[in-house]
Amino acid sequence: MTSELYLLGFGPEGWGPVLARAGLMTLAVSLSAFLLGTVLGTLTVWGRVSGNPVTRRIAETYVVVLRGIPDLLVIFLFYFGGRQVVSLVGTALGFEGPFDISGFVAGMLAIGLISGAGQSEVLRGAYQAVPKGTLEAGRVVGMSRWQLFRRVTAPQAMVTAIPGMGNQWQSVIKESALVSVTGLVETMRQVSIAAGTTQEHFLFYTAAAVIYLIITTLSDQVFRMLERRSMAGYAGGSH
Amino acid sequence: MDTVYLLDLFKKLLGGLPLTLNLAVFALLGGFAIALLLNLLRTTRIGNAVAGTYIFFFRGTPLLVQLFMIYFGLAQFEFVRSSFLWPLLREPYWCGLIALMLNDAAYTAEILRGGLRAVPRGAQEAARVSGMSRLQILRRVTLPIAVRQALPAYSNEIISMLKSTALVSMISLMDVTGIAREAVAETWRAVEIFLCAGLIYLVLSLIITRATSWAERALSPWQFGARQ
Repeated sequence: MTSELYLLGFGPEGWGPVLARAGLMTLAVSLSAFLLGTVLGTLTVWGRVSGNPVTRRIAETYVVVLRGIPDLLVIFLFYFGGRQVVSLVGTALGFEGPFDISGFVAGMLAIGLISGAGQSEVLRGAYQAVPKGTLEAGRVVGMSRWQLFRRVTAPQAMVTAIPGMGNQWQSVIKESALVSVTGLVETMRQVSIAAGTTQEHFLFYTAAAVIYLIITTLSDQVFRMLERRSMAGYAGGSH
Repeated sequence: MDTVYLLDLFKKLLGGLPLTLNLAVFALLGGFAIALLLNLLRTTRIGNAVAGTYIFFFRGTPLLVQLFMIYFGLAQFEFVRSSFLWPLLREPYWCGLIALMLNDAAYTAEILRGGLRAVPRGAQEAARVSGMSRLQILRRVTLPIAVRQALPAYSNEIISMLKSTALVSMISLMDVTGIAREAVAETWRAVEIFLCAGLIYLVLSLIITRATSWAERALSPWQFGARQ
């Protein structure tokens, strides 16, 4: 196998450049899905704590459903189902087929939706950990609800949420490998293509493992640094 | 959307349920055994490094990569094909089960470690003073407390393993997801079919949630008349 290592390099026969590009694609789809998840997660927490029984019900159902269905099925649903829906709408509007939706969009929506459910649990915990006194103090000095959220709740909750959000981000990276089923050329897809072309399956899947390990390890470092920084204002946390 | 078609579809999808459950149960059992072993390894310095590397690898990479490494990757080596393991490793079922098991072990080991750390030192010391052997302490004091502590996190792991079994459809196994994919390829009614399959998993995970929260209550100290 060692003699085949040139296949991973950046030489004329090397797959290095395409693998690097695929790694960036993994990052791009993960990042957009994670951000979508953060928005959905925040909305979900708001729906749960706002005191409105209807929004609470919707938010709870969303979390239960998305935590009970395999990620792979959700991605299939968005990709093939999305195509079905787009075709239906397209034909109804009088456009000529065939219709298709992009693997990036379907993957981002599916993983964003999955991650939103997970992130909402982390964010809810963080919200509940915000000392009630600070909220009352904010209200007393006359802050509006938005000001209260932006100046009191969010800054404090963000600190408690960092480790949990780090875990959610790691999950998103690993789930992004499943987007390969849509044909989007991210790490997993690119590696499968390379393995099929060269018949060096073990070498290329190991390369994929290394790419994911690099991404997960580096992001772990980033989240640790964020955690240290954010603790700076707290007693015993100023490293 | 006609009811007859949906009923038919459900019947077809439920045909994959035995395989899905089989994989989930055996992966969890095997994973738990390996996780215990990994935590025992942690007591020595070299063992600690080995267990740490194992967990780092399996938690840091996607399950799909691990599955393909085992299913497509290993078959490429002559020494694997000529070994006694080949009758197992050429079967998608065993490759799927092994991948799920090894993956589950890494996550379960971390959950178990958290539980073990939560065991009060005093309880173990009291057991030692009253003359229990190391095995007795493990069986009567350490593990019961650790398992109870780890139960909430472990119930999440059970559900996530159930969901992960869907990946074996990528190596041609006909579990619930595999059958759903085949049905979609035949009829192109993706929305109905994948929603039905999702519903089956959802019901299963709700049952697991119920069962584990019942177990959590049943194993709580106040059940035995202890003061909180």
